[in-house]
Amino acid sequence: MHELSITQSIVSTVVERMRDAPIKRVKVEIGKLSGIVPDAVHFCFEMATAGTTLEGAKLEIVEPSGKGRCRDCGTEFETSDPLPLCSACDSADIELLGGQELRIREVEVA
Amino acid sequence: MCATCGCSDPAGVRVIDPAAEAHGHGHGHGHSHDDGHSHDHAGHDHGHEHGHSHLPAADPKIVQLEQDILAKNDGLAQRNRDWLAGQGILALNLMSSPGSGKTTLLERTVRDLAGELPISVLEGDQETLLDADRIGSTGARVVQINTGAGCHLDAEMVENGLRTLDPAEKSVVFVENVGNLVCPALFDIGESGRVVIMSVTEGADKPLKYPHMFRTADLMLVNKVDLLPYVDFDVARCIDYARRANPNVEVLEISATKGDGMDAWYSWLRERLAAVAQLDEVR
Repeated sequence: MHELSITQSIVSTVVERMRDAPIKRVKVEIGKLSGIVPDAVHFCFEMATAGTTLEGAKLEIVEPSGKGRCRDCGTEFETSDPLPLCSACDSADIELLGGQELRIREVEVA
Repeated sequence: MCATCGCSDPAGVRVIDPAAEAHGHGHGHGHSHDDGHSHDHAGHDHGHEHGHSHLPAADPKIVQLEQDILAKNDGLAQRNRDWLAGQGILALNLMSSPGSGKTTLLERTVRDLAGELPISVLEGDQETLLDADRIGSTGARVVQINTGAGCHLDAEMVENGLRTLDPAEKSVVFVENVGNLVCPALFDIGESGRVVIMSVTEGADKPLKYPHMFRTADLMLVNKVDLLPYVDFDVARCIDYARRANPNVEVLEISATKGDGMDAWYSWLRERLAAVAQLDEVR
């Protein structure tokens, strides 16, 4: 449900940074553990860009995978589980090192 | 999903001061903020310079922005946080699903602590003044934020709400977020702490189903424990699940209607307020 806010933030940030340059492509990073559903962002993008300099732009979403580090045994591992268990010792005390990204990487000007 | 619910349409957000509405002569509006609660909007400059996109030399068409999507909200949240800290105010973001007993908890808390802790409330709901009226009837100062179609409070709404609420120094501000275990988790509003409320009429596995919400909580209140004899709810399992999402989360079991466990909650509030006030003095 919050994907529309997120999509609107992407659009307003790009407009703020790029002023009135017409935008052809936007590349964003949405981590697999961010809680944001990329399909829903795609779905909202057309609506959120209507009447802006991003209208008609292509949205490119990169999805960095989740990474955790066990606070008990120190093992680092990849995961797609928002509540991961350590792959080595099964501990639930995990520090998330990646996968929570919500970032605008770059834009391409038309 | 959003296209259907139209969530977060900023045009639909309304900040309502019930006191001012009732008397019709604008109490609560247009105070001067000589207390340092300035709300300038530097950084929101939407100027229109033409033809200067400042493109890097490498590929003139591609511009690296490298900016967090939530940067604007986070910046506004930090401004709220700084202001609140400067005033020695403890601001708690209360989050839960609808019907877990947030408003009942606040009504009782305000009544029980009247005369001891100055408390005011920002009420977030999609529509109506119903909750603000309930809180207002306890005598506490309250401002309602109606988010319209929006499913969560963001930092800007809270900034506007705080401006109208005008809370006292060294007081407690409860921000009752929109009843929703998904969206509010992502939006920093500048709070000093996050409290998630679960009730025993819900599933004990909610912390596993909504990990983002529980991961960022400082305190989980398990409410309606007076109903435990009548429902199939395993408190220990629920706490276990919450600690999987967040090993450091504190947990208190309460009944906001019957009063069980409320003293522990009040002690928690006093400790947190004292910590905030102490920080303020160190500054």
